[in-house]
Amino acid sequence: MDARMESEPTPVKNLTTAERKSERELVVTRTFNAPARIVFEAWTQPELLKRWWAPKGFGISFLSCEADVRVGGKYRFVFSHPAAPQPMAFFGKYLEVIPHSRLVWTNEEGGEGGQVTTVTFEEKGGKTLLVMRDLYPSKEALDEAIASGSTGGMDETFEQLDELLVALGASGKSSQ
Amino acid sequence: MVQYSVARLDVSFAALSDPTRRGVLTQLGRADASITDLAEKFHMTLTGMKKHVGVLEQAGLVATEKVGRVRTCKLGPRRLEEETAWIEGYRQLWASRFEELDKVVEELKRKEKIDGRKNGK
Repeated sequence: MDARMESEPTPVKNLTTAERKSERELVVTRTFNAPARIVFEAWTQPELLKRWWAPKGFGISFLSCEADVRVGGKYRFVFSHPAAPQPMAFFGKYLEVIPHSRLVWTNEEGGEGGQVTTVTFEEKGGKTLLVMRDLYPSKEALDEAIASGSTGGMDETFEQLDELLVALGASGKSSQ
Repeated sequence: MVQYSVARLDVSFAALSDPTRRGVLTQLGRADASITDLAEKFHMTLTGMKKHVGVLEQAGLVATEKVGRVRTCKLGPRRLEEETAWIEGYRQLWASRFEELDKVVEELKRKEKIDGRKNGK
């Protein structure tokens, strides 16, 4: 009801796809009903980023959101989650910033060997196709990210088993 | 759903209660291997290794395939299922983010229109 009042004619819902494209790459795509400059703006201004990056349904909320979006600039997102005793920080730096078309940043919260995220904005007929690629340094790194179950979308019991398997995998590796 | 998972978890934990079986999983995480390879690696008889692999297979943690005379073991469908579930969780996270982002984008579009009018464009 409210939606009809506050928005213009409801557009067809745009689908989000996610796929493991290769052994070390995850790709997410989505189309937005707006020109690239507008979508890009929402990714590069911290006060706008803050409004969409922590969706309510996932129980995470921002404690702080800093993003200096220029080549070499750093970002730092800090979240709280009811299940996490400590705030969670995600940080890294921007490697490429091409207005309205491309963003590349590192993910350094896990130490060295984190994934590199590339987001491209491709405008066509007033709409923007957004493609986000997470490239991990190795197959093992992506496998481990998956095993750690850190998307927040996982069943808890699976997470427990995953933790165990990760611990086993890690102990196996260190004894090599 | 939760009950189902817990039951499966029990089977998994039972399968994982043995150090050799944990070792086999770690090994298969690196590369597929035949039962003979695994038996050699863990210094045990072929029959002993077959038993361990059987338990892991029952839990869905290992899958085996016989080609000719060699039975090859690899990580099982449980692992694949988990990957599928994780990717779906990841997709849902981004889908939720993008729904919120749609709202921000709509607002920016409206604002641009108004500003455009103000500037006499």
